[in-house]
Amino acid sequence: MLSIKNLTVNVNDKQILKGINLEIKAGEIHAIMGPNGSGKSTLAHILSGKAGYDVTGGAVTYQGKDLLDMAPEIRAREGVFLAFQYPVEIPGVSNIYLLKAALNSILKYHGQPEVDAMDFLTLVKEKVRLLEMDEKFLYRAVNEGFSGGEKKRNEILQMAILEPKLCILDETDSGLDIDALKIVAQGVNSLRSPDRSFVMVTHYQRLLDYIKPDFVHVLANGQIVKSGGAELALELEEKGYSWLDEQAAA
Amino acid sequence: MNAATASRYTAEYQTIAPALPGQTVPWLKRLRLEALEKFSAHGFPSLREEEWRYTNVSAIEKKLFSPVLGFVPHPKLRTVNTEWVKSHQLEDAWSMVLIDGHFSAELSVLDGLPETVSLMGMADALAKQPDQLENYLGQAVSHSEHSFIAFNTAWFTDGLFLHVPAGQVLSKPVQLLHVVTQADAMATTRTIIVVGEMAEANVIETFAGVDNSYLTAAVTEVFVGQNANLTLYKMQNEPEKAYHFGGTYVKQAKDARFTHHNFAFGGLLARSDIHTDLGHASECELNGLYLGVKRQHIDNHTRINHLKPHAISREIYKGVLDDRARGVFQGRVIVTEDAQKTDSQMSNRNLLLSNDAEADTKPQLEIYADDVKCGHGVTVGQLDEKSVFYLQSRSIDEETARNMLTFAFANEMVDKISIKSLHDKVLEQVLVRFPQEGIEKSWL
Ligand SMILES: Nc1ncnc2c1ncn2[C@@H]1O[C@H](COP(=O)(O)OP(=O)(O)OP(=O)(O)O)[C@@H](O)[C@H]1O
Ligand SMILES: [Mg+2]
Repeated sequence: MLSIKNLTVNVNDKQILKGINLEIKAGEIHAIMGPNGSGKSTLAHILSGKAGYDVTGGAVTYQGKDLLDMAPEIRAREGVFLAFQYPVEIPGVSNIYLLKAALNSILKYHGQPEVDAMDFLTLVKEKVRLLEMDEKFLYRAVNEGFSGGEKKRNEILQMAILEPKLCILDETDSGLDIDALKIVAQGVNSLRSPDRSFVMVTHYQRLLDYIKPDFVHVLANGQIVKSGGAELALELEEKGYSWLDEQAAA
Repeated sequence: MNAATASRYTAEYQTIAPALPGQTVPWLKRLRLEALEKFSAHGFPSLREEEWRYTNVSAIEKKLFSPVLGFVPHPKLRTVNTEWVKSHQLEDAWSMVLIDGHFSAELSVLDGLPETVSLMGMADALAKQPDQLENYLGQAVSHSEHSFIAFNTAWFTDGLFLHVPAGQVLSKPVQLLHVVTQADAMATTRTIIVVGEMAEANVIETFAGVDNSYLTAAVTEVFVGQNANLTLYKMQNEPEKAYHFGGTYVKQAKDARFTHHNFAFGGLLARSDIHTDLGHASECELNGLYLGVKRQHIDNHTRINHLKPHAISREIYKGVLDDRARGVFQGRVIVTEDAQKTDSQMSNRNLLLSNDAEADTKPQLEIYADDVKCGHGVTVGQLDEKSVFYLQSRSIDEETARNMLTFAFANEMVDKISIKSLHDKVLEQVLVRFPQEGIEKSWL
């Protein structure tokens, strides 16, 4: 599904990603952990096409195509979805408008007819229920005045409706209380399928109790310094990240 | 402006004066004379005046617009396209029409208006009840405020008078429609709106015209009685070559609530004053949206006078400026020594869509009381790139994303309109002014 080869990225002439290698197959769940400022969000942004980063080397292939060559909206239509660490507020655009515009542009890209108004509403309401949100949220401006937790839930709602192929979750669990975390995890788990993959950036093992990863990677100082199975997250929780530096130094 | 150029208008005055209403009303004659003297001495406002420093009105001098006199009341005789006038009327409102500065009873729609409510042309009102009008005309704004007021006072040819008696709640909005149909004309009108104690009303002032160069110089004086509630909309949609000066001057009694929505969309050069005097524990909300394209110059000047304790004022003005357009916002809030416990918030946000567009914003807080809560904030900027990217990451192409965000910025103000027919008309005007590629109107 996704293949990242020796990716190096600069921001304002400062190297942030220093040779990332990562292979993600369809149906897999990968967790990326690592200290603050190590480059996790930078990687997520690069994958979704945010401007302001210089890719100085390496390649990213998504479903056999050069991902870095695509405009952000094309990536989204091809099935890449980023749940933002800090979702933006968009006053004046309602949630329901955004959902409809997004879904229809994806359908159009794939040569399918626009969604029928009634079917759309049925779909949206079903997902709203899945995430235990109030229907009123649909008619409010995107993220405007939402609490931190509500914003994160709203990201997952969009994901559930747009049904992407590669779901990137950047700290979706940060700032969620345990009940909200369970609901979000339930939303994510309901989307798991053999042809859908997840990349979850997180600082907390707790998320991984509810969504079990196939692989855990540690990103430190712009590089993946260690990869392992779900058990690696437990080890990190226990020991922190410093032992990895010692290991690397040794 | 110097007196020599002002005299071009002044020189014509003696020939015009006999045709102006209220000639037999002594107090008005006196008032007009004072105003004429004032205008003759000063001419139109100049850039040297603090409250006019961003807006150069010298073109109004040079053009010499003329009042439309010798009014023929029947619309058919006046080459007015009745259908076109009707297209500006709101179907769910009582509607009073001023054409080229004169009231047209034929085109007005007043069916079912309660008999207790007075609604008539200003010339008729001055003929029927001059004594009552003396209590209002020139009482919310003085001709010494600035020389546009003096000009309007001396020159007004007609206008409208609305009086909602105490306790009356109007079941439908009242639209005051100002249209100008003739090239190089000036429509100088004086309107008075009185909402009595405990009464409630929604009033819409609409300004439109045939695609010509002309001048609208309209002054509206508003009196909101004790614990009364008035929502006043101004939809300024003059054509591309028109000049517009419109002033709304409000006096709010104790506990009175006044909400103003100012949609400043049209005209080559347009200036609006919205001034209100707040009584004890009264509340005002001033909302504004100005949209400038091409070479439009749109100036909004607001003044909120907190004269008594416990009053609340809320103000939000937003501007979207494209091409070489220029937007001006001057917002003054004055809190007098007596006005303790004042609560005031003002914000002005400007969105520039082109490098040549300009926004001048000048909030002014003058606070003479010590126990008050006053805040203000202004921004001038482009679309937020984070928001553009957010929409792109949700499959929306960049152009559509930009159009959506521009529209959304403006739509926040449009959404505040609670009269459906007006809402739809304003929305339509927002959409024609900015690129709408990719915006699905049927979903809004
Ligand atoms: N636009 C930018 N300009 C300058 N430096 C930047 C910019 N964006 C990111 N950086 C820097 O790049 C580094 C990586 O940032 P990034 O946001 O990817 O970290 P992160 O791993 O997601 O951290 P966190 O866990 O705190 O979210 C940091 O040192 C950050 O300051
Ligand atoms: Mg981050």
